Amino acid sequence: MSAALAIEGLRFAWPDRPWRLELPSLVLEAGDRRFLHGPSGTGKSTLLNLIAGTLVPQAGRIEVAGEAMTGVSGPQRDRRRADHLGIVFQQFNLLPFLSLVDNVSLPCRFSKARRVRAVQRFGGLGEAAQHYLAALGLAEEARAGRPVLELSVGQQQRVAAARALIGGPAVVLCDEPTSALDARNRDQFLDLLFAECEASGAALLFVSHDLGIARRFPHQQALGELAGVAA
Amino acid sequence: MNGGLLGLAWASLKNRKATVLLTVFTLGLAVMLLLGIERVRHEARDSFLRSVAGVDLIVGARSHPVQLLLYSVFRLGEPTANLQWATYEKFKALPPVAWTVPISLGDSHQGFRVIGTTGEFFTRMGYGDRRGLRFAEGQAFNALHDAVVGADVAEKLGYELGREIVLAHGIARVAVHKHDDQPFRIVGILARTGTAIDQGVYVSLEAIEAIHLNWRGGVPLPGLRVDADRIPPELLRPRSITAVFVGLESRGATFAVQRVVNEYRGEPLIAILPGVALSQLWALMGGVERALWIAAAAAVLAALMVLLTTILATLNERRREMALLRAVGAGPRHVFGLLVAEAALLTGAGVLLGVVLMEGMLFAIGPTLEARFGLMLSPGWPAPAELAVLGGIWLGGILLGLVPAALAYRRSLQDGVAVDR
Repeated sequence: MSAALAIEGLRFAWPDRPWRLELPSLVLEAGDRRFLHGPSGTGKSTLLNLIAGTLVPQAGRIEVAGEAMTGVSGPQRDRRRADHLGIVFQQFNLLPFLSLVDNVSLPCRFSKARRVRAVQRFGGLGEAAQHYLAALGLAEEARAGRPVLELSVGQQQRVAAARALIGGPAVVLCDEPTSALDARNRDQFLDLLFAECEASGAALLFVSHDLGIARRFPHQQALGELAGVAA
Repeated sequence: MNGGLLGLAWASLKNRKATVLLTVFTLGLAVMLLLGIERVRHEARDSFLRSVAGVDLIVGARSHPVQLLLYSVFRLGEPTANLQWATYEKFKALPPVAWTVPISLGDSHQGFRVIGTTGEFFTRMGYGDRRGLRFAEGQAFNALHDAVVGADVAEKLGYELGREIVLAHGIARVAVHKHDDQPFRIVGILARTGTAIDQGVYVSLEAIEAIHLNWRGGVPLPGLRVDADRIPPELLRPRSITAVFVGLESRGATFAVQRVVNEYRGEPLIAILPGVALSQLWALMGGVERALWIAAAAAVLAALMVLLTTILATLNERRREMALLRAVGAGPRHVFGLLVAEAALLTGAGVLLGVVLMEGMLFAIGPTLEARFGLMLSPGWPAPAELAVLGGIWLGGILLGLVPAALAYRRSLQDGVAVDR
């Protein structure tokens, strides 16, 4: 079986900047958890865009769930991102005009594979969204139909995690998801995230500057080490 | 999966209710204006055509055809001159002539024109496909001082059968001289026609002669009173009339009869085809109609620009929204589609609101328009031509929506899934 995420010989540079990102190798098997330490300026957003297929590297190869994100057309990259990736950002993860359930099931609007998987496992999109919301401790909020903007930041991040997990993507990418949370919420968020990634077998790539979290991961790497950052 | 885009656009619009409603309302008003002008224009034409339907020729003293049409049919403006009764009788006897309805104008009652005519007016004139006029109450005039009033006259002045009325000399709203020595009695009230017929007071040609017996040069002779019951019949024979409506045995004879009238040497006359004179009238009005239409179209264009501005203004604050959509799998083409869908929904809602506003307006003021102007504007489905205009506006809105869509497309390519958060 192919790796959940495989990056090889990746090189990227912005046309008008001397900075460049180099990543010789990064492989995550299904169920792996990897902490990637990246202080600001080390190219976290760039790496995220490269894996998501919204940026095209100058050289190298990226595969998610055995499907190439490099050397294929834009629409193909969009489809593979929809099928295989769940992404959680530091903040502004949710669309304020959608309900909690609609926010969670949003990826299924763009990925038929995830829609089919969610419906097969839970009997319906709404049921799938409810399941993840409940697993992340938001059953009450979902039932009450609370508007997204009335949730606390910690709750919003958990909704984002539910959205990343729905339909069983191969990889969950987290970009500083806990930076806006206090210690208690942070730990609770990580517990739930780990449990759900394990349950669905998704590989977790967790990018953060916060070394305090790193100890909770079996494997840690620094983006600076891993990527050659040339000044 | 693009069905989802429309749903997303809808949800996003609902989230911005205030701006969206204002924008849609602006477009709705402009669309209502444009549609309203089109409706009134068409209905005015139809209404005028209804007024002259069934009349093959109108004969009167020589003047511009439009002028003759206006004063004979629509009671607008002043007749230039009369035609002799003897001349009328000559034309009446022409073989192709099936019927004639002479009218004599010049007097008024409370601002409504008095029309001296014959009983045939009620059997021959009509509107639309209808020949002959229906009486709401009573019947045609019979005795010398009988009068029939149109629906508007009865309604506005609150007249009922048997009521006595006094005619005034001339057509000024405030009459200087009144024919108060010979009052008339209302014996008939016409059913509403939606034409100028509703605004007339009808008496016999003989009655017109009778009330002017003691008049010379437009003023009553002082001290000379007429005993209405003892007027010798020969004095009541009409000497001249203002115009004649003519019906022919067959349409084919129209131009022949018209030539005979126009070349008549006894006095300068003109025979007009009502339809032709109407199109001349519309040609005169064409510039005004076009100007109105252009003004309304400009209002629609301005409203569409407001709509474009509204969408463009939201693009910046929605960068994160777009990046988030991309993160969950949307391609730039989805972002593009989302904004086009938004423009389509906004314009569509505006167009629909315009139709609803106009129909509501017609529902509210339609009866008034019909009563006051004879315009039969009732709520109803838009005509095919109107649907084409509405479709054009919708398409225009969608085309304008391509501008913000293209901008968002380009930006979402640059931003990817991670804007500077």
